Amino acid sequence: METLQLPPQWSTFARQTDWVFYFIYYLSVAFFVAICAAMVYFVWKYRRKPGVMSEPSGHNNLLEIGWTVSPLVLLVFLFHVGYRGYVDLTMPPADAMEIRVRARKWAWDFEYANGGHATVLHVPVHRPVKLILSSEDVIHSLYIPAFRVKRDAVPGYYSTMWFEATQTGETDFFCTEYCGAAVGTSEYREGDPNVGREGDRRHTGHFSMIGRVKIETRAEFSTFLESILRPPTDPATGREVSPEVWGSLIYRSSQCNTCHSIDGSAMTGPSWRGLFGRSREFVDGTNRVADANYLRESILQPNAHVVRGFNGVMPSFAGTLRDQQIDALIAYIRTLR
Amino acid sequence: MATEVADSHGHGDVDYNAPYLTAGKGIKSWLLTVDHKRIGVMYLISVILAFFMGGMFALLVRLELFAPGRTIMSAEYYNRAFTLHGAIMVFLFIIPSVPGALGNFVLPIMLGTKDVAFPKINLLSFYIYVIGATFSLYSIISGSVDTGWTFYTPYSTTSNTSVVSMVLGVFILGFSSILTGLNFIVTVHKLRAPGLHWNRLPLFVWGMYATSIIQVLATPVLAITLLLLAAERTMGLGIFDPALGGDPVLFQHFFWFYSHPAVYIMIVPGMAIVSELLATFSRRAIFGYFAVAMSSLGLALLGFLVWGHHMFTSGQSEFSTMLFSGLTMLVAIPSGVKVFNWTATLYKGSIALTTPMLYALAFLVLFTIGGLTGLFLGALNTDIHLHDTYFVVAHFHYVMMGGTVIAFVGGILYWWPKITGKMYDEKMAKVSWFFVVVGFNVTFLIQFIMGSKGMPRRYYDYLPQFEIYHKVSTVGSWMLLVGFLILAGVLVKSLKSGPKAPPNPWGSAGYEWQGTESPPVFQNFRETPTITRGPYDYHLCTEAELFDGFPEDAPKEG
Ligand code: HEC
Ligand SMILES: [Cu+2]
Ligand SMILES: [Cu+2]
Repeated sequence: METLQLPPQWSTFARQTDWVFYFIYYLSVAFFVAICAAMVYFVWKYRRKPGVMSEPSGHNNLLEIGWTVSPLVLLVFLFHVGYRGYVDLTMPPADAMEIRVRARKWAWDFEYANGGHATVLHVPVHRPVKLILSSEDVIHSLYIPAFRVKRDAVPGYYSTMWFEATQTGETDFFCTEYCGAAVGTSEYREGDPNVGREGDRRHTGHFSMIGRVKIETRAEFSTFLESILRPPTDPATGREVSPEVWGSLIYRSSQCNTCHSIDGSAMTGPSWRGLFGRSREFVDGTNRVADANYLRESILQPNAHVVRGFNGVMPSFAGTLRDQQIDALIAYIRTLR
Repeated sequence: MATEVADSHGHGDVDYNAPYLTAGKGIKSWLLTVDHKRIGVMYLISVILAFFMGGMFALLVRLELFAPGRTIMSAEYYNRAFTLHGAIMVFLFIIPSVPGALGNFVLPIMLGTKDVAFPKINLLSFYIYVIGATFSLYSIISGSVDTGWTFYTPYSTTSNTSVVSMVLGVFILGFSSILTGLNFIVTVHKLRAPGLHWNRLPLFVWGMYATSIIQVLATPVLAITLLLLAAERTMGLGIFDPALGGDPVLFQHFFWFYSHPAVYIMIVPGMAIVSELLATFSRRAIFGYFAVAMSSLGLALLGFLVWGHHMFTSGQSEFSTMLFSGLTMLVAIPSGVKVFNWTATLYKGSIALTTPMLYALAFLVLFTIGGLTGLFLGALNTDIHLHDTYFVVAHFHYVMMGGTVIAFVGGILYWWPKITGKMYDEKMAKVSWFFVVVGFNVTFLIQFIMGSKGMPRRYYDYLPQFEIYHKVSTVGSWMLLVGFLILAGVLVKSLKSGPKAPPNPWGSAGYEWQGTESPPVFQNFRETPTITRGPYDYHLCTEAELFDGFPEDAPKEG
């Protein structure tokens, strides 16, 4: 159910949170209407008229103590229901499925128990899921409106959140702790018709640290779990795609495309076009030819050699990308002549 | 006493009984003045400039959000624009606005004294403000700041923008705030005119008093926090940045330990003004005077105990989260008391809908919305959903802008005849009121819906489902612009050619209206006043007294 005010209710928390929300909402509306009605009525009724003086005012202990103390009952109740919901939000069941979430400027990485990674958050329906969050740089925050959950990913801490989806479908997640934007990238966006459009979201920052949540049936979810370890199959041939094609998919799914273009234009990082085999010049003045070993090193230890003209802002993908995936990326870069 | 205070001014050459605006001539007589009224006017001009600058950044932010993707600027510049909007509005405008401008001007007159307790420190606090503002504004040209006005670590310690100069600016501004607070506290305690008992203090004074206490107690914490931040950035001290062994959440505790009380530094003065407006234009004492006065102090006190409600998702312990949620709920009590008492004041009054009164009534409505939406953020599970979304943005704009700014404008118009000695065009002022109030609601009401639907704040770009809300909100910001431009026109026209104001154009029983000319003379009163009744004792006033508390053609004494 989606109402004017709130997103669809897709988790077990949603109903309780929304109940509190609408309780406060109608309480507020009633209160607000009463105050406004009294105000408008008084302003009209007691408008200044020639020869009519105001009546002296004073105070009225009973009335005043009444409206000081009686809201307390409502407030304690509100606190109570809010807190009860919050306790549920912080206590994942022991059998919850764990997903490791790593945040960095400006992407999320979801690691599943089998070691596979994804940038789309796939979760099974009707099963408690516990996310363990951390951040590599500044504070980020994972927010899934349809589930009514949110939790900061703080560098140096693990934090957890959990939910149980009640329905299959697709929804959005967001980063809600401000984390900046890539410097300088936007200069290349001048007149770009794709700016801000889905699919080619090439400018990066806090606002682009968003993604999709896919809530799947048990069967769909186990297919997904297998798929993240191997190249996907091509529906046309029924066979696994070539490493080059897999590399091009990883280029997008691991969000290399937020910093690297394939058309020769520099973004936050150098373009990959014509990269393979070219001589690279580094900020420390040394040179090296971009061979497979160099590319591998660039992905696992990006700061070992920082390309001249760029800042060492690329995160390491060690532990995130598996060997075969790195091979696939290198195979893909080789094709970008 | 008259000679004593006059001596402390140290100006042998001024005519103490000339209107303060002309009592000394030349730019020097302004820049070196220790007259609380002139300092108030200089503050007024400065904060209005700050408001226009902060407003320009707000308009840029809204314009950028008019359409998804790039509209007028890059993400980098968008981040700077909203940071500067927030920082300028909070530190250069709202915090100094009411105490610095109206407080300085009106508070000593209300107390029946010739100046604040420490006139020279008062001038010093103005110059500290100017220096702090200069530092902050220097950061704009030296690379600007993109951290958000909250300077959260470790983002702020790693951002390569000009964070240090902004932080130093805010650090310096803090001292100005502390000194003003100190001055007011001592003035209220020590310089009340004979007969002005505590229970005869105008509610504006009570509000200023409560605000001053918060300023003196809370601001040092901000100073320490910002100093630590600057030290971490410049010397690599590991306090907040986990990469250096620090704790980023500690910064949030420190920051909100100041910045939540600061919310009351911002709103309590607004409430203080509204109490005066409602009393004057209903010709009736504020209902439950004592409760209203104490609720200001109650807010000041409670304000120190709820900072953790900004951190429900941060990973602070569940136990603190519970405590902070419970305490936050309590804030509703003094706020509610005020709203009830104000409404009850209208009952059986004699209500005149002048522009200042319209602003006061708008305050009542908008502040009620701001306060009620706070309940959604104080209750825990709803806050988890709404935290850091546009719902929060809308909530605090209803309190800060719908509350304080609206009250401030009402206060400026109300005391305008006293400050400038000129009347303004009521009709055009009402037109501006209409645009400001409607524009405000168009801009922000829709942000509640956008936020509860899940739109995060501080986003340069957004998903298509949010476009309509952003469009409406931006159009609202243009209406606000129109409203404020008309208002500026009204005030400029009044300065140029407004009719001369009588001493008490509103027929108020307040002492600042009854006991002084418009504008007041240099030393405020021609003789040391004795207060014989409360500021809202309309039932003790005759019709003639109400209107001509100080007839200009009466024989001048002293
Ligand atoms: C946050 C932006 C960012 C992301 C995301 C990113 N990179 Fe980079 N990358 C850079 C920057 C900046 C450089 C140049 C500085 C350096 O050498 O470290 C770079 C350099 C490289 C280089 C060397 C390029 C050259 O011209 O010599 C390779 C290879 C590379 N990245 C691969 C990847 C891969 C593969 C991914 C995705 C899995 C990726 N990058 C994601 C920013 C990024
Ligand atoms: Cu983020
Ligand atoms: Cu707060």
